[in-house]
Amino acid sequence: MKLKKTALVAAAVAGLLTSGYAAAASEQFIGLPSYRVGPFGSNGASLYGGWIDYMAMINERDGGINGVKLSWEECETEYNNARGVECYERLKGKGATGNTVFQPLSTGITYSVLEKVAQDKIPMVTIGYGRTDAADGRVFPWVFPMISTYWTQASAIINYIGSKEGGVDKLKGKKIGLLYHDSAYGKESHAILDKLASKHGFTVEKIAVASPGNEQQAQWLQIRQAKPDYVILWGWGVMNATALRTAQKTGYPREKVIGVWWSGSEEDTVPAGDAAKGYTAAGFNVAGANYPVVQDIQKHVYGKSKGNMEDKGRVGSVLYNRGVVHGIITVEAIRKAQEKYGKGKALTGEQVRWGFENLDIDDKRLAALGAAGFMPDLKITCADHEGAGKVKFQQWDGAKWTVVSDWISGDQTVVRPMIEESAAAYAKEKGITPRDCSKEM
Amino acid sequence: MLYREAGQFKASYIEDQQIFPIRQDKIGFIAILAFFSLVVPMIASEYWLQAILIPVLIFSLAAIGLNILTGYAGQLSLGSAAFMAVGAFGAYNFMLRIDGMPFIAALILGGLCAALVGIAFGLPSLRIKGFYLAVATLAAQFFIVWALVKFPWFSNNSTSGVISAQKVEILGFAFDTPVSKYLLTLAVVAVFALLAKNLVRTTTGRSWMAVRDMDVAAEVIGIRPMRAKLSAFAVSSFYCGVAGALYAYTYLGTVEPEGFSLDLSFRILFMIIIGGVASIMGSFLGAAFIVLLPIFLNVAMHALFAGTMPAGLASNLELIIFGGLIIFFLIVEPHGLARLWQIGKEKLRLWPFPH
Repeated sequence: MKLKKTALVAAAVAGLLTSGYAAAASEQFIGLPSYRVGPFGSNGASLYGGWIDYMAMINERDGGINGVKLSWEECETEYNNARGVECYERLKGKGATGNTVFQPLSTGITYSVLEKVAQDKIPMVTIGYGRTDAADGRVFPWVFPMISTYWTQASAIINYIGSKEGGVDKLKGKKIGLLYHDSAYGKESHAILDKLASKHGFTVEKIAVASPGNEQQAQWLQIRQAKPDYVILWGWGVMNATALRTAQKTGYPREKVIGVWWSGSEEDTVPAGDAAKGYTAAGFNVAGANYPVVQDIQKHVYGKSKGNMEDKGRVGSVLYNRGVVHGIITVEAIRKAQEKYGKGKALTGEQVRWGFENLDIDDKRLAALGAAGFMPDLKITCADHEGAGKVKFQQWDGAKWTVVSDWISGDQTVVRPMIEESAAAYAKEKGITPRDCSKEM
Repeated sequence: MLYREAGQFKASYIEDQQIFPIRQDKIGFIAILAFFSLVVPMIASEYWLQAILIPVLIFSLAAIGLNILTGYAGQLSLGSAAFMAVGAFGAYNFMLRIDGMPFIAALILGGLCAALVGIAFGLPSLRIKGFYLAVATLAAQFFIVWALVKFPWFSNNSTSGVISAQKVEILGFAFDTPVSKYLLTLAVVAVFALLAKNLVRTTTGRSWMAVRDMDVAAEVIGIRPMRAKLSAFAVSSFYCGVAGALYAYTYLGTVEPEGFSLDLSFRILFMIIIGGVASIMGSFLGAAFIVLLPIFLNVAMHALFAGTMPAGLASNLELIIFGGLIIFFLIVEPHGLARLWQIGKEKLRLWPFPH
């Protein structure tokens, strides 16, 4: 029968693969559930390319982390939940100590393995996506939605708009449009913006765009009628470029359009052409290839023709640099965990989880990494798995992104209680007793 | 030689009407079932159980559901994933809102919810046919996913419409290990597959096939097309719904409405096309093919070209080979893998002395 035959052949192949890895003892294995085909394939190629290049650079320049070389294997998920679960299961036992960390770069896959990671003791890091309330580390010890959650981002965007108007108190009576991708991802914005609206006294005009969003004439006519002072673009993929083009067509100034970080990459602005000029977007990392960390990658990895990117022109793009941020955080967490569990040793996922939870990348460390201004400083604690909660705003000048703000924080007095409330509801539904963080070390 | 029915006489109608009239088939079926329920749990690793066997079984069940509607009753549907979503969210809500709800009952109630929704979206089938009906079921696909995100009640006010399945417990036994989840899935799928196999041999099943082959003629001989079509929609959606509930409870644990996208509907459709339209066994073969082949290609690519080929190229090559193989199988055998098996069986009957 087909099934059994395939099973036997696949088992043989799998056997070959695992035997190859068993030999390398002091290597830290990192499984990469990447996607290079499918609707988001080009995004995945940049993100995972940057991440792989950074790890290759650590191996080339420093000889690994305290002598422990990083090794990795990709598994194609096609941004598909079922394939993501298969990759998770396939990668988790690989390497001498198993998979160190799982970072699927897909909210759907994040949800699909949310409970498995706790059972298998593998930390899951979701930087800028995933389950927002997992920022409450007491309920979600194994999940790290780092740097900034969607809610913090929404709050930071409001703060940024406030700063342009001369203070958040000036937002009273203003109208802010929200053009969102009609999906779970887009709806993440609603609760927080409603709360902020009632706090600061502005109104939110929510306008949905059905996926994929390549036709938005009606929505922008609606925006023209409502005349909002600003429009927050909460989009993904083809929807972003279409929004900018339609904004131009209907005569809405792009300077007043503020994108979220999944709407603010070269992949969104370049296809929009000159319609994107003046458009501003949030980001937890910035674009540019002239940061020392990217320069080091150019020198040690591309200099030896070992780079992962097929299109070298994309090195230094927003998404590529986001991949580098993933690399930095992963490597720093392993380094931190080695301080506790023994330098120069390959660590298990459980040990690396401790590294993530005690991660402290301050400005001094960022400068040493060659990433000052590249990403925000980050301090994770047992209770707070988000860390930074800051974003920077970049404006597209028609050819490249230029940074137009400093790091702007979200309003944690609003966001944090919402996170805790949501996490508590989850804990209650699941019968989880939240950890007591004063007992953790 | 081995597969010969000479000497097997049927002395009564009941013997003649068995699901497996040939003794070898019966033995083979029992052996396969025994292998998967007794041997596999002992030898299979966690990876095989959780990442391969459970999804293959669940998709087989969904494919049986679609096969009942499309293969047996001839009504093309693109909404299978949405009916799966109804089943998953239905079971979740029954478990959530009714204290002490037994899991199996929730599973069946979830399936019944899907059946009701299926009947509602099956109503247009009384007037429209073929591609137009496919478009009507497409509406179901979009509407259901939209509704599940739009109304927070379905997901118990989760901000993003995501539900996370409760613990599965039957008579005090917790199904929390991969082996137990696999066995639970296998049991449910085996029971429902047997039911389906029987159902298509009953009056109902025969009326579906009559409507499929020529609905006017079917009406003339006294089959009520409305009852036949709507019952096909109901049973099909019920199967998809149960598969969806299993998908949430024994496979993923946490599901979001977007996971049940049109893409998944198409994959289930491909499963029955590749496996064999109007064949229960084809549903299993098709599901195994569509689920296993991409994984196998991915593993094989890594084994063969690790480090020598850019990852993007390897991923695209997998898709190209996958598509190529689908076309190859459709050219070699347009009636699907089940038909290949049937031809093999005919050959086996004569082996080793063909005419």
